[in-house]
Amino acid sequence: MTIEDDELIKDFIVESQEHLSDVESQLLTLESQQDGVDVALVNKVFRAVHSIKGAAGFLGFEVLESLAHRGEEVLNRLRNHEMRPTNLVVNTLLKATDRLKGLLDSLETSNEQDVTEHIVALERLLNADSAVAAHLDEVQSAEAPEETAPERVSECAAQCNPAESISSAIHDAAIVSAVDSTIRVDVSLLDTLMTRVGELVLARNQILQFTSELGNTDLLRTTQRLNLITTELQEGVMKTRMQPIGNVWSKFPRLVRDLAVICGKEVRIEMEGKATELDKTIIEAIKDPLTHLVRNTVDHGIEKPEVRRSIGKPVEGCLTLRAFHEGGQVIIDISDDGAGLNLDRIKSKAIEKGLISQEQVARMQEQELAQLIFLPGFSTAEKVSNVSGRGVGMDVVKTNIEKIGGSVDLQTRPGLGTTVKIKIPLTLAIIPALIVSSAGNRFAIPQVNLLELVRLEGEQTTKSIEWIQGAPVYRLRGRLLPLVYLRNVLKTSVANETPQDVINIVILRADDRQFGLVVDRINDTEEIVVKPLSKQLKGVAVYSGTTIMGDGKVALILDVLGLAYASQVISKMRDGALVDPNGRAKDANGELQTLIILGTGTSRRLALPISQVARLEKISKEAVEYADHQEVVQYRGKILPLIRLASFLGLESNDTSEDDLLNVVVYNENERSFGLVIDKIIDIVETSLQLNHPSAREGLLGSVVIHDRVTDLVDLPAVIRMIDCPSPRQLTSLV
Amino acid sequence: MSTTTQSTASQLCTFYLDNQMFGIDVQSVQEVIRYQQMTDIPLAPDSVCGLINLRGQIVTAIDLRKRLGLPNRPEGQLPMNVVVRSDDGAVSLLVDQIGDVQESDEENFEPPPETLRGSTRQLIRGAYKMKDRLLLVLDTERVIDVTSNVD
Repeated sequence: MTIEDDELIKDFIVESQEHLSDVESQLLTLESQQDGVDVALVNKVFRAVHSIKGAAGFLGFEVLESLAHRGEEVLNRLRNHEMRPTNLVVNTLLKATDRLKGLLDSLETSNEQDVTEHIVALERLLNADSAVAAHLDEVQSAEAPEETAPERVSECAAQCNPAESISSAIHDAAIVSAVDSTIRVDVSLLDTLMTRVGELVLARNQILQFTSELGNTDLLRTTQRLNLITTELQEGVMKTRMQPIGNVWSKFPRLVRDLAVICGKEVRIEMEGKATELDKTIIEAIKDPLTHLVRNTVDHGIEKPEVRRSIGKPVEGCLTLRAFHEGGQVIIDISDDGAGLNLDRIKSKAIEKGLISQEQVARMQEQELAQLIFLPGFSTAEKVSNVSGRGVGMDVVKTNIEKIGGSVDLQTRPGLGTTVKIKIPLTLAIIPALIVSSAGNRFAIPQVNLLELVRLEGEQTTKSIEWIQGAPVYRLRGRLLPLVYLRNVLKTSVANETPQDVINIVILRADDRQFGLVVDRINDTEEIVVKPLSKQLKGVAVYSGTTIMGDGKVALILDVLGLAYASQVISKMRDGALVDPNGRAKDANGELQTLIILGTGTSRRLALPISQVARLEKISKEAVEYADHQEVVQYRGKILPLIRLASFLGLESNDTSEDDLLNVVVYNENERSFGLVIDKIIDIVETSLQLNHPSAREGLLGSVVIHDRVTDLVDLPAVIRMIDCPSPRQLTSLV
Repeated sequence: MSTTTQSTASQLCTFYLDNQMFGIDVQSVQEVIRYQQMTDIPLAPDSVCGLINLRGQIVTAIDLRKRLGLPNRPEGQLPMNVVVRSDDGAVSLLVDQIGDVQESDEENFEPPPETLRGSTRQLIRGAYKMKDRLLLVLDTERVIDVTSNVD
């Protein structure tokens, strides 16, 4: 074979694969159009198959050609409404498509391969009367293929309609013009370009710095131009590497359909934001985790049809994929309307597998319990299916997402479904970062982890930082924030340290936990080009990469999650090290918690963990408005629903405040906020929590003795759940 | 170089550490440069002493004195960088002083003596017997793999 032929064949393979990649989803759409197919859509599939047939015939791949030809015939019938896209028809076409893909993958030997099975299946569709075919679906699919069919192959080939080919050839020509405006580029070339642009950005940063030192206006003007062009070039090159997430999702409808059949379930998949674009490397990296999550949802999340029917849900389960941009990140939601996680089973499983101790479970919030499924080796599947449940999974999903700088969050509502929220950066190569100094070294902190900056001066430096058993904390709007001194974590403290007159706190988020990082100086924000750590430094968890700064010096990029672990802000829960013998003793004494004590009625006291409270506010009664019978106030540009806690919990209320101000505790859950209206705030105490009497009342955890008074501990997440699906009694109190 | 007819001869880039002569295969050396300013890496393995910006390429510097368990370089004496290529990009080896490129053939080569123990033994391929001294040949790959220290 000549080189030209080789080129031709390579093009043929690539083009055919592209054609086929769309065919799958198009066929699935056709399947849903039982009562009248979209002719334009059939035409698309037809053209794809037709062009494969034509090229295969031209290049002498006869087997491929004959299979494509048979498929084309069936599609022709569909197009002319002579056949309906029944389950059987679509199934046969899908299988034939798979076979075509297989043939393309092993093109050299394709002429020796046997495709009789598929040709026979397609033949049977063609030969059966269209009306009958629709009725005989089940019967036919159960039968074995007939032996006589291959002889008919040649007959049908002779009957191929010449007029048909011509008209679609004209059609093909029309598409070609659209294809001409794009070219294929080798990914490695784009990678090189990206690296070069990265270096250009670095050089630009350096020139910018020198120019500002020199103060020559002409040079300054040119530099600004260079700056602009570099930024545009950078954006342009980044765009070339962007791909819509739909590229990954396109295989899910088929996956879900096939899985649903295996599991005996009915599942519909809905996708929003297919066009959301991500860097190619990220697309590659999330492919497997996403597939895993989708499999999990179909296998575990969605109930069997009979179960769904019995609890009054639509028989068909719904899996929704949603992708959108938010604050420089891409958010991907995978949600279902299934059974939700079985928290009790998760609890017992985690204890049984020794991943966590009994005492720890007792103290955990529901949402925390749900996070346990991310522990390595965790699987609640009662039987191991070939779909999922082998115990490797969610932890791998989490690690893989975190590897690319993303995070995974899971929310579940029993009986209502589960949502997995994945947050990932747009690109990995060039990121905005905050530059800080500590002990003479400069470090870059990726902006995605950054929440806010706090600067303490003069008296504040000593007053605002408090110590709980040797651990420094800072009160950020009434909320205790653990502090981490970068000098200490990096072990760069100098012995004779003089107390500083300014303290800079960088408030960071790691894995949904917040902490304050104390640094010597906050320098600036800068676009940095991320370079990987060398092999020698891979083991140092507090760094995620390196970069070159504007002055040409190298700086390390801090790994915020690694820092949180190193400073024990986040316990090593995921490493299964939760049960340690030393930890038990501490558990028995109960851990110290800070509680807000609230007064309601004449004598009743309620307590809330301060960690759940975002803010304490006094809101004027006049500001209260109504939205759909619900009391609301406008709060920080949002609508904040108000809940009168006492009456909501069925307790007596006695609003003693004479002035027209309401005491409101603002509580944030995920992206929602609630205002709890309470009679008065009595105190904030730190106490070890030992629940004496678990409460039978919904919304209360139980009672504890605080300062010689019996106090009811409010179960805020439960209260929020009750608001989401209130019982009749609460409904009346809401109104 | 158009020297020996036998292929047993190899060229070694030599350098000094604590008055001892060491050598590495000249093929693995990318360049030799004078002392460069380095960025500290807190918490890094002991022998890794910093990061260098080598014309836009970030190079990790390994102090060979520390790597080989030799006493620290005297205060004020600046090391030189021997930049070597590796699968993982370039790595710089900090040495006291740079020597000549030496030709040595297998005849004068001996594996490390049995009495040589510990980490050093793993890092040294053997010694060439020169006229007046020994030239210890380092195993570059092991030297730069600081994570797998034997001790």
